[in-house]
Amino acid sequence: MKKIIAATCLAGAIALPGLAQAREVTLTTQLKDYSGNGAYLAIYVTDANGQYQKTLWVAGKKAKYYRHLSDWARGSAMKPSEFDGLSGASVGSGRSLTVSVELADTLIDAGYQIRIDSAVEDKRDSRADVSVPLTSAGSGKPVSGSTYVESFTYDL
Amino acid sequence: MLRQFHSLPGLIAALLVMILAISGAVLSVNPALERLHSTSTAAGQLNVGQLAGRIANHFPGVEQIQRSASGTVIIYYNQDGQAGAQTVDPLTGQGLGPYEPSAVSRWVKDLHRSLFMGTTGHGIAGVGALFMLMLCVSGALLLARRLGGLRNLLRPLRGSFSQRWHAEVGRLAVLGLLLSALTGLYMCATTFGLIADGSQAEPAFPAHISVGAAQPVANLQALQAIDLNDLRELVYPSPGNPEDVFSLRTAQGDGYVDPVSGTLLSYQAHDSMHNLYQLIYQLHTGEGLWWLGLILGVSALSVPLMSVTGILLWWRRRKAAPKISHNSPAHAADSVILVGSETNSTWGFANTLHAALHQAGHRVHSAAMNDWKGEYRAAQRLFILTATHGDGDAPASAAQFLARLQQVGLKPGLPFAVLGFGDRQFPRFCQYAHQVQDAMVQAGGTPLLGLETVNRQSSQEFARWGDALAAPLGHELPLIHTAQRPRSRRLELTERIVYGEAVNAPTHVLRFKAAGALPSFQAGDLVGILPPDNPVPRFYSLASSSEDGTLEICVRKHEGGLCSGFLHELKIGGSVEAFIQPNPQFRPASGAHPVILIGAGTGIGPLAGFIRHNTAKHPMHLYWGGRNPASDFLYEPELKRYLADRRLTALRAAFSQVQERSYVQDRLLGDALALRVLIENGAQVLVCGSREMAKGVMQALDNVLAPLHLSVLALKAQGRYREDVY
Repeated sequence: MKKIIAATCLAGAIALPGLAQAREVTLTTQLKDYSGNGAYLAIYVTDANGQYQKTLWVAGKKAKYYRHLSDWARGSAMKPSEFDGLSGASVGSGRSLTVSVELADTLIDAGYQIRIDSAVEDKRDSRADVSVPLTSAGSGKPVSGSTYVESFTYDL
Repeated sequence: MLRQFHSLPGLIAALLVMILAISGAVLSVNPALERLHSTSTAAGQLNVGQLAGRIANHFPGVEQIQRSASGTVIIYYNQDGQAGAQTVDPLTGQGLGPYEPSAVSRWVKDLHRSLFMGTTGHGIAGVGALFMLMLCVSGALLLARRLGGLRNLLRPLRGSFSQRWHAEVGRLAVLGLLLSALTGLYMCATTFGLIADGSQAEPAFPAHISVGAAQPVANLQALQAIDLNDLRELVYPSPGNPEDVFSLRTAQGDGYVDPVSGTLLSYQAHDSMHNLYQLIYQLHTGEGLWWLGLILGVSALSVPLMSVTGILLWWRRRKAAPKISHNSPAHAADSVILVGSETNSTWGFANTLHAALHQAGHRVHSAAMNDWKGEYRAAQRLFILTATHGDGDAPASAAQFLARLQQVGLKPGLPFAVLGFGDRQFPRFCQYAHQVQDAMVQAGGTPLLGLETVNRQSSQEFARWGDALAAPLGHELPLIHTAQRPRSRRLELTERIVYGEAVNAPTHVLRFKAAGALPSFQAGDLVGILPPDNPVPRFYSLASSSEDGTLEICVRKHEGGLCSGFLHELKIGGSVEAFIQPNPQFRPASGAHPVILIGAGTGIGPLAGFIRHNTAKHPMHLYWGGRNPASDFLYEPELKRYLADRRLTALRAAFSQVQERSYVQDRLLGDALALRVLIENGAQVLVCGSREMAKGVMQALDNVLAPLHLSVLALKAQGRYREDVY
């Protein structure tokens, strides 16, 4: 019995440094009252030049509409492996979306950005509706979006 | 069976189908409205490069240009950090006003495709489309059966208001509804991934992009090469990203455009699956096909009417369904009555037979022919009463009889008698009864009697059949059948116009009023009048409609005639007991085809009624025979008035008791040329009068029609020749 506990502790100790390099981040996206069907959103990380790095969340279930989230679609090539387990329902007009996702520490305070592409049926597609530097200082500070997003906050 | 396939989905899904249809009709107007408000350009008139150049002059911050299938050009732009959308005039690039999709349209669209219930709703809408498909197919087949085959589907229709409008509107709308249902089903199937929706992978982002200064958008070769009409969407490169390109979507395919070199990159043409989806989407929504959209919308508007009239028809049929008292179980009955009926009128006769047999001490079981069991253990005799439907087909309650008889067979030697019900006006009179008789003999039954027939629900012929059965039964079988009729009403005589006293043919036009509102009827329907102290009604053709506010008949006094004598003696203010029997087969068919009305004597009654209601002034030609214009020219003043105001096109009267005696047949033969022209123009013929006159008219018309290689029989088969004879 003791051996098993010891082994578990050991395994934990080995795994710990890996865990220490990621943390949970809470993303809160409040949409405007834009009068329209539910919005498709892609929340993702880019480098300073806007080059796609990693998907944080995709709101909207029908993959055939993903092409309207055009920068994200291009960067991720819409590969299901990129957003596996990181997607949910579209977000209605005036509603807010709160999700918690894992984020590698290496992406924080390293010149990366969080971006949101958004699209609504029969309305315009919006690239970089939100674009905000990913920094410890920016945590918890709402930024406003240009099209459908009223405000976006990330809490590290 | 087919009827169940029609009424069952109709009843279950009436509400759902109505919601889908009404919302669809509302949406169908959009493409036409959009088309009305957009500037269309001819092919080759304007290319995408030119358009983008013009737009750039007015909207430097443009991010995206869209062109809808209906031709609206929408741009999305960003000015001073504010996102905007405008519709623009493609010829100038100038903004026409802010673009905001209609909230009402969005609401209706959501209702139409998912009833505000998301994925579940999509499924329900799909089921609605499936029901619509079933209703279209079964309805068209039912109507074809009624009109004697698919090739006759466009023939004129008769029937009660609901029957006629249900069929009339249905056949006009069926193609539109069928297209909507099929394309809707396809779209629903793609939503659920049951059918590929033709979405293709995005073209690969170009690996190599030219380095340098971007050209003005109007100079980009790839954009200049595309006609405006083929544009779907052009997305501009992100302003801050020098490595970005234009994304271009056209009717034919998608690709990217290099902003520096102006070349088309990674172009990918649409595959056939994509094109199929686009086509079906277009056929369903009418986007870019505004005229089709309107046709589909009008078709869809018929659905509420169809639902309401359909439910009414079903309810009436159901209410008229048979109620048999003293019905013994099938296995215990010594006498079995099987009924083949389309409209349930044959059930009335079965009921009378059932009661008479029960009265005589038999144990009787009555059932629909479709319920044929084969195993009637105690049965000593079998009676089959059947009508014929349409072109010699089985009526609804007998549709499966012949197949079932073949399957389960018959007790060897079982005595049976078949009685056919029909109308001798139709070419295949009692055809189905003949088939049943043959099948029963073949199955090993022993006929009690030969096949007998009853024409037009004649109580006398039915009673005669009962008399004939007395011998094989070994006892009397009095069959006193009074057609089930609505309760009679008291009518008061208000007016009498007397004709024909001088020529020994006293004829009265009688007008009645009811104490309250008149029952509903149309000219050509029948009124049953019960003479005092006699339960058997006498029927007269109605010369008026209830909307005229009076019930009008034309009655000639017959020697010893019980009812006609009573009516002729009736004082103004005196009353009669009467009820209406609809006769929807005898009236002018829908449409503007010419109508030839032929009658003699009191046969003028309903014909005069038809003319009175011909306010649309369709061509109507009246041929009528009387005795002497001085005495029995019935309706003379009215007819002259109708001629003057063109409700009546031509009046050709013949008189038999004048110097140059002639009959209505002579007038027909004299007008042969004109009549042939009318018949060739689709005219229909309505004949009302005595049986002898009708026979003479038929012979005369056969002579008239011979040069056209037509006959009265052929016209009857087309539903263009109807008689009301007595």
